[in-house]
Amino acid sequence: MPNATIIALIPLLPLAGFLLLGLFGRKIFKNSSGLIGTALLLTSTVLALYTAYEYFFVYGKVDGVYQQFIPMKLTWLEFSPGVSIDMGMAVDSISVMMLVVVTFVSLMVHIYSLGYMKGEERFSTYYAFLGLFTFSMLGLVLSSNIFQIYIFWELVGVSSFLLIGFYYDKPSAVAASKKAFIVTRFADLGFLVGILILSNSSGTLDFNTMIATLTSPDSDAVKTAATSSFLGASALTWGAALVFIGGAGKSAMFPLHIWLPDAMEGPTPISALIHAATMVVAGVYLVARLFPIYAITVPAVLEIIGWVGAISAIIAAIIACTQTDIKRVLAYSTMSQIGYMMFALGVSKYGGESGLGYTASMFHLFTHAMFKALLFLGAGAVIHYVHSNEMKDMGGLRKYMPITHLTFLIACLAIAGIPPFAGFFSKEEILLAAYQNNTAIYWVALITSGLTAFYMFRLYFSIFWNKSHHTHGESHGEGSFVMMLPLVLLGIGAAAAGFIPFGEFVSSDGNPLESHFHLQFSIAPVALGLAGILAALWLYAKQNDKPAKLAASLGSLYKAAYHKFYIDDIYLFITKRILFNLVGRPAAWFDRNVVDGLINLTGNTTQAVSEGIKKMQSGKVQQYAIYFLSGVIILAALFIYIWR
Amino acid sequence: MMQPGLYHILFISAALFFIGVYGFLTRRNLITMLMSIELILNSVNLNFIAFNKYLWPGKLDGLFFTLFIIAIAAAEAAVAIAIIINLYRSHQSIDVENAEDLKY
Amino acid sequence: MNLLLLIGAPLLTAVAVLFSRNKQQVRWISLLGSIVQIILAFALLFAFRQERAENNSAQMLFEQNYKLFDSLNINFHFGVDGISVAMILLTSLVVVAGVLVSWNVEKMTKEFYFLLLLLGLGAYGFFISLDLFILFFFLEISVIPKYLLIGIWGSGKKEYSANKLALMLMGGSALILVGMLGLYFIAGHSFDILALSKTDIPVNIQNLLFPLLFVGFGVFTALFPLHTWVPDGHSSAPTAGSMFLAGISMKLGGYGCLRVATYLLPEGAKEYANIIIILSAIAILYGAFATMMQKDLKYINAYSSVSHVGFSLLGIGMLTQTAITGALMQMVSHGLMTALFFAVIGMVYDRTHTRMTGEMGGLMKVMPFISTVFFIVGLCSLGLPGFSGFVAEMTVFMGSWENADAFHRIATIAAAMSIVVTAVYILRATGQTMMGAIKNESHLQLKDAAWNEKLAAIILVAGILAIGIAPGWLNDLLRPAAEEIMNRIAGK
Repeated sequence: MPNATIIALIPLLPLAGFLLLGLFGRKIFKNSSGLIGTALLLTSTVLALYTAYEYFFVYGKVDGVYQQFIPMKLTWLEFSPGVSIDMGMAVDSISVMMLVVVTFVSLMVHIYSLGYMKGEERFSTYYAFLGLFTFSMLGLVLSSNIFQIYIFWELVGVSSFLLIGFYYDKPSAVAASKKAFIVTRFADLGFLVGILILSNSSGTLDFNTMIATLTSPDSDAVKTAATSSFLGASALTWGAALVFIGGAGKSAMFPLHIWLPDAMEGPTPISALIHAATMVVAGVYLVARLFPIYAITVPAVLEIIGWVGAISAIIAAIIACTQTDIKRVLAYSTMSQIGYMMFALGVSKYGGESGLGYTASMFHLFTHAMFKALLFLGAGAVIHYVHSNEMKDMGGLRKYMPITHLTFLIACLAIAGIPPFAGFFSKEEILLAAYQNNTAIYWVALITSGLTAFYMFRLYFSIFWNKSHHTHGESHGEGSFVMMLPLVLLGIGAAAAGFIPFGEFVSSDGNPLESHFHLQFSIAPVALGLAGILAALWLYAKQNDKPAKLAASLGSLYKAAYHKFYIDDIYLFITKRILFNLVGRPAAWFDRNVVDGLINLTGNTTQAVSEGIKKMQSGKVQQYAIYFLSGVIILAALFIYIWR
Repeated sequence: MMQPGLYHILFISAALFFIGVYGFLTRRNLITMLMSIELILNSVNLNFIAFNKYLWPGKLDGLFFTLFIIAIAAAEAAVAIAIIINLYRSHQSIDVENAEDLKY
Repeated sequence: MNLLLLIGAPLLTAVAVLFSRNKQQVRWISLLGSIVQIILAFALLFAFRQERAENNSAQMLFEQNYKLFDSLNINFHFGVDGISVAMILLTSLVVVAGVLVSWNVEKMTKEFYFLLLLLGLGAYGFFISLDLFILFFFLEISVIPKYLLIGIWGSGKKEYSANKLALMLMGGSALILVGMLGLYFIAGHSFDILALSKTDIPVNIQNLLFPLLFVGFGVFTALFPLHTWVPDGHSSAPTAGSMFLAGISMKLGGYGCLRVATYLLPEGAKEYANIIIILSAIAILYGAFATMMQKDLKYINAYSSVSHVGFSLLGIGMLTQTAITGALMQMVSHGLMTALFFAVIGMVYDRTHTRMTGEMGGLMKVMPFISTVFFIVGLCSLGLPGFSGFVAEMTVFMGSWENADAFHRIATIAAAMSIVVTAVYILRATGQTMMGAIKNESHLQLKDAAWNEKLAAIILVAGILAIGIAPGWLNDLLRPAAEEIMNRIAGK
């Protein structure tokens, strides 16, 4: 059985770091905060690796099947008997895998930041926020309750907000953090309503019970939920689809991806941590967590997931070919790769060999974490060196930054899917799964993989080749040891992670899956990848005017892609024009003028009436006497003639 | 020779009452208004006495009421005149038109 | 525990304040008095839990009953259940924070503190009363100080706001009085809540009286469309005034809506539940959208209060146990949160002398403590887990969803949409004031919070976190009481 204390410590240590540095960092730990944070995370990483070893090799397998363990569960808030938010820890193959990924990448970022953020005024705050983020992400991964995952989901969102807006005096950073938070919040609304629907149908918030109830077709819950329909879809379909919207928001799936490129305003190590390896895959993780429900009960939603992933993958790849900010290229490439993971889940089925897509998705998540974190950290080193994000300010850096150059190349090869680097294996599995289940998605994915190779090498050549020598006069070194160490470690990971027999450990139903390797099948994607690399070599290896000519000949397509297909503008139009001007402003006006106007009208009417009557109060005694007398006379007349 | 009956007395009292009312409503001098009030009160007194004599000759209620009213009228006159004097001190006038400071 | 202490302590403090000689004495006596109130409130909490742990399942604990007007059957009848205990805790926290942030009031200090303490006294009395007459009496006690606090120590259109607030609240009181007398005569000359809760009131009478009582208390808790005193009243009130207004006084209304209107007239509640739901859903969304357009920090918080209080009315309208528990949690949470928000706004205003978001910027650099608190309260307001707002809102949503028909679901989704809009306005406000570059050079000289302000903020933040991180204790406190109310509604 898993050791609850050890597993609980994995998220709690970063939390302790957050509290310690957040409360006392400014004064007491001003200089040592980085080391404290890193040391705590190192401990977490070691514990996570230990847990992974124990789980995968010691106790995890019962009768040849990987089981889920819940070593601890505390009731946090009880709504009614059976329906409660529990703080539990679910230990199974995907959560353990994620524990390793999150702690490892976070540790790399912690180490890297020791050099990258050195001399920053809010150094300790930075490490505090890192701790908070890592804690939330680990909590999310370990969640055993759908509401628990929502709680950590939101916490991840806010710590990402804090980190993106770390340079809070930069208006663009503030705007980007706001955008990221609001867009994901909008998606979380879907998630929340989805939770309400699912919990109401299944009568529980606990993942296991919920999955068990909702996947058995004979259960009453499924029957009633299937009959009650809204807009032509059953309640369960709606619930599952809405939960996916939440996942799509966090994972920057089309059309909720607009926050991700802007989020690059944060410090670069943050992008490596949050926007490459951890938070953005939370959506994939969520779908994987609820995978049995999607695959068994609502396959229609799974189909949608597949298409959303495929569309995101190709759109992002096209946009990435035109961007000039290196971090934005990486951001779009992240979106594209997560699209891969998403549609891999979408084309998968539950259990056995047909669950290949599930394994492939998790495998790609794992390898992607390695090479994408590496790419971001490498980009960070480059930015650190040239003090610019723009490609045009770079070029010919290979001589000045040999380690960065080498590791960046490895990562590019990995993401392009060139054997024997990590990306090749996972991507090949994804393509195979797609080929077996949905040919249309397979073709989209194939084209995307060619595009991926092209834009990644466009990036690579523009940074490290292109111009013959670097034009920036000052040349401080490539970066300190602490910045190079993570690059090397992640480089090793990106090169070698593919050889892990992933299917042995992670599969949709816990049964080990044999790794396939079809040589003929790999020919097409690898050839396309090589073609993409050659195209990039031809266009960008030397400084020339070919790219400009190509862009001109593509005309409006290039322009549309360069402007991110105007999706941002559409959103801006909806929020600014419609929500602010057509809803917000009228609501505020209505309140001040109509609702409050009615209240004031009551007051004013009363006042006007009294203004009218007060004229009778003239102060002239004799007038009063006349009123009195006439009153008496009228009354007397009434008494005499009417009420006799 | 005809004895004056109840109606004669009531006629006089009514006349007295309306003279009083007329005086109260038209005169601007507070003292005159006070005198008009006395006329009204006296018309009431006359009524009381007359009704007592003609309707319940054996009883004294009407007479007692009359005495009460005379006493109260005296007290009222004292208070009223005190008010009027104070008003004269502050306003240098006992014209009722000038005493309207207490409106609204 | 003797509940009269809860009235006695503030009363004694208020009298002592009247007899104190200088401003310093006034402040320290008030602080001491309010600390005693906190201690009493916590003692009550622990005594209450102790009793419940010992299986004392009486509906009301620590009951006391003294005859006041025997012939009219009016009694000093006190007692508390979980709801009252939670509300008393809330009141005591807000009172001490209010006393602390008013430390620098120089104008008529003695009278100011006297009125603050009187307002607190009214709230304590209100929450422990089990006799409608006494309840009403304490409700009125808490109205008059508000009028004076705004009229004398306020800013801006203070006379207008004070008049508006007092008149609207008095209007509400009039409705309550009528409804209350109706109950009194229908149910055989009794004002006693416990006795009334056992009488069967004819349905048509319930339908007649319920709107009177609910709307009457609704005015206090900003029931749409009778909420317009909120923005004006809050924006004109002094800092502590706004805190008390939003943190305590709006809760009197919510408590009344539940304890008097819904509990005593369950059939009426069922009859009008849909209207309540519609009104509160409108208030939630419309308040949020109206907030988005505000530029004055106090207006932002006032409108957001309208939106947030909508959740407690929504919970009441949903008539399920979980939703009512959520509504009560939202009252406590909103009380703490909004009091803190006003306190922070007051701190910012004291320094920058403006409340316009457009005129600030980058305050995080000069006053990190205040900005952090501002940020925390903002996050609480937008319902972030770990803070009280999340717990309350989620409980309301879970409870609302138990009603399985389309009408309730659509209302719930409409209400849930506000969490996005809330995020928009909170982040806008935070972005414009705390983040960004410093717009006004003179702001560079500003100082961060003083000890009293820090203490006030810490007390309220602690309250928010205590609910947000471990909501179990509040749930245990409120749920049985909500169950009691549900039993009456279900006719058990």
